[in-house]
Amino acid sequence: MPTRIRESRGQEMVLTAAVAVGIVLLSLLPMLRLVKEIVAPGGSLSAVAVEAGLKNPATWIATWHTLVVGIGGTLLAVLSGTLVAVLVSLTDMRGRSALVLCYVTPLMIAPQVTALAWLQLFGPASPFLKLFGAAPPLGTKNPLYSTSGIILLLGVQYGPLVFLLVRAGLRKLPRELVEAARAGGANWFTVLVTIVLPLMTPSIMAAAALAFVSCVGNFGIPAFLGIPANYLVLPTLIYQKLAGGGPAVLGETAFLSVLIGVIAMAGILAQEVMSRRRDYRISSTSLPAEPYELGRWRPVVQAGMWLLIVLVLVLPLFGLVLTSLVPGYGIALTAKTATLDNYRFVLFEHDAANRAFFNSFWLSIAAAFFAVIVAVPVGYLIAWGKQRWVRLLNLSVELPYALPGVVLAIASLLLFLRPIPLTGIQLYNTVWIILYAYLARFLVLALRPTISGYHQIDRALEEAAQVAGAGLFTRLRTIVFPLVAPAAVAGGLLIFMTALSELTVSALLWSSGSETIGVVMFSFEQGGDSNYAAAISVITVAVTFVLMLVTNLLAPHLPSGVLPWRD
Amino acid sequence: MARLSLDHVTKSFADFDAVKDVSIDVADGEFLAVLGPSGCGKTTLLRLVAGFEKVTSGAIRIGSDVVSNSGGSVAPEKRRVGIVFQNYALWPHMSVAENIGYSLKVAKLDKAVARQKVDDALALVNLQGLGERRPANLSGGQRQRVALARCLVAAPSLVLFDEPLANLDVHLRASMEDEFAAFHKRTGTTIVYITHDQAEAMALADRIAVMDHGRLAQLATPRELYHEPANEMVASFISQGILLPADVLTGEEGGHCKVRVLGTEIVVRCRPGERPRAGAKICCRSADLEVSADATGFDGRVKRAIYQGGAARIEFTPAAGPDLTLHFEQADPVTLESGTEARLRIKSGWLIPATGAAS
Repeated sequence: MPTRIRESRGQEMVLTAAVAVGIVLLSLLPMLRLVKEIVAPGGSLSAVAVEAGLKNPATWIATWHTLVVGIGGTLLAVLSGTLVAVLVSLTDMRGRSALVLCYVTPLMIAPQVTALAWLQLFGPASPFLKLFGAAPPLGTKNPLYSTSGIILLLGVQYGPLVFLLVRAGLRKLPRELVEAARAGGANWFTVLVTIVLPLMTPSIMAAAALAFVSCVGNFGIPAFLGIPANYLVLPTLIYQKLAGGGPAVLGETAFLSVLIGVIAMAGILAQEVMSRRRDYRISSTSLPAEPYELGRWRPVVQAGMWLLIVLVLVLPLFGLVLTSLVPGYGIALTAKTATLDNYRFVLFEHDAANRAFFNSFWLSIAAAFFAVIVAVPVGYLIAWGKQRWVRLLNLSVELPYALPGVVLAIASLLLFLRPIPLTGIQLYNTVWIILYAYLARFLVLALRPTISGYHQIDRALEEAAQVAGAGLFTRLRTIVFPLVAPAAVAGGLLIFMTALSELTVSALLWSSGSETIGVVMFSFEQGGDSNYAAAISVITVAVTFVLMLVTNLLAPHLPSGVLPWRD
Repeated sequence: MARLSLDHVTKSFADFDAVKDVSIDVADGEFLAVLGPSGCGKTTLLRLVAGFEKVTSGAIRIGSDVVSNSGGSVAPEKRRVGIVFQNYALWPHMSVAENIGYSLKVAKLDKAVARQKVDDALALVNLQGLGERRPANLSGGQRQRVALARCLVAAPSLVLFDEPLANLDVHLRASMEDEFAAFHKRTGTTIVYITHDQAEAMALADRIAVMDHGRLAQLATPRELYHEPANEMVASFISQGILLPADVLTGEEGGHCKVRVLGTEIVVRCRPGERPRAGAKICCRSADLEVSADATGFDGRVKRAIYQGGAARIEFTPAAGPDLTLHFEQADPVTLESGTEARLRIKSGWLIPATGAAS
């Protein structure tokens, strides 16, 4: 029998255990709690909650609406995103980086801000339309308060998401495959239809699944556009029920949120099935194909692309800024009427708005900071660990982000409705429950760039420190963290931008005193104070733009693809 | 400095044995090269010694301490081995001096002492004054020296080199080879040097361990490997040895025996105690072949003649063995060309011991 050797792997065990506990608390626990509420409300197995939910006609109407806007928005996003990706990637169009930056920017803007901006652009009180005297008379219904309005905005919001995935796929397309087809006599359009697009099926399918999950779970757009028209989807139905009934209806909303989760998962499964029907694997890697020469069509295509940018980015933001400068609803904007009073009011006078700025800033900073600190060791285990269960780990971190935000919000409510056992600490009705949900939901945004950072680092750098005598924690601190820091910090900044004007989760979890920017913006808009809502939106968009600029400074140290807006 | 011994070491990944039953003893201060084609298990062997991989069975000792066996494995940071990595693995976020002084800092050595040691190490590799540079601002050779300095500053008991010259151009290789030899002479450290380059291994090592499919094919001095390969793999791998089927006709006498090869009888070198047997193989080198000037030898046809400046490499197929290809050099004036009939003679050779024979 060989003698046992003292291995001194203590630090490794501590790290693994800490990561496991963290992941269980943040990812698995809320999901398990939600499932328990459906299967066994009150502790014993029963189907009461499910039956009650199934009997209610409102459930079916909202489900139908969710599917309609989900599929509609996905189709629009896939068509526009793929078209832009093909034009940007495969033609000799000019000004590519600027175009990518502008086209992807709407993704960095919160959905409810997009919704507000578009509403201000086309509504009867639109300061923009009033500039030409083209605004509809006051009292007419805004054309965006409709199914097609919601679908349009979902398409605009998530087109860039599809674009990013399809563009990444097109970049890996080896030029030999295109050149072989052209040598075989196919013209460019035939190559596109018979070679390029079929090979892009996995990318397009993955993009479609992601867009579908995002559309189905989106709260901001159907809240701003659907609630006034009494067109409810599942997330807004949940919101209305909770706002009206409080914790008493939690069981019912739990069923609805699981329903959203099921619909989202069905989308992801459909993608899996579709992608497996044929072999799309690309075996070789090589340079990308020569861009197609547009010739005399180039100015036309470029003009078309920039027109698209004006439509989806410039005009809405312009409308938003104009609205934020108007003194009151329906007043035309002139040099004389323009005022900064709305900004003064939301920044200095309105108590809830003040609190919201404070809350959202520290919540976002805390979530970002925490995520960066956690992403480094978790990424270490996932990217470099040898254990088999790390795949599971990765999956469980992805789960709270892959599922719509409403699902996580309801799960957090169920988890913390009563004080935490043994300690008696009460998170419900405090800002801490929002922080918990943010941590769980956004961790993966920092983890993904960190893992791709790890994959770019030569493991020998860590091994060199190991043979130099450094223990695990010393290595993490002195070698690993400095090397992955740019990627992790970029992830943290993405979290900050996303969390700053987040609405879906906080709309369900906020209480008086723990308002967030998103919540205050929403209540201003619901109360008819669009000008204040616009002023807040402009401030958050400005903060986002500044942060994008700051993050760009990190770009030279980052793996490609970490900053979505960088081409 | 310490001896290293591997005792029946096996490493399996799932259903694949990367290292199979390897036993090697490296003496204190010895320079051992581990040579083999890619995928032969030599890198796994290095990682086992360093502690990055755990042995499946067998044991590894450094000095008198068991560091790996099936009961466990001492962590790499506790083994006091130094590694010079293939791509140097210099930390890009630290200066040259910080890179070199890292192990001293980890060991919490007094700062003044540590600085002195770093300066000494820099001087030893001729990099005085470059301590504040970043690794990115150094040439390939300079990086290699920094890696060397970083590894020796901690006074490791054993230094492992993982194909350290693979990323350097040909000119730099020669000068770094000299540098490694000088380093070994100066420090007297036990060195295990992984490489796939025979010339490198021959030039540097006291002994060479040839690996093949995870097994140790032969462990011997460079001279012995070349002249007395223990098996067919080593014979053909080292300097493109030519393997020919032979029947041993007489027993060993004075280190030689008589064999029949390609229908001709010749005398070759062999191990003591060889007896007559059929189905043996001999190994001969291209220098052992020449165009026969008289009636002795065997006939065949030149398959290809490749002129290489000053001499031509001739590939030759003997009539008695149409599947065999022999190669040798003919100096200018080159008379053989593709298709020429010729008669060759084997001057000398080595009888490969029967498989399973003790080495």
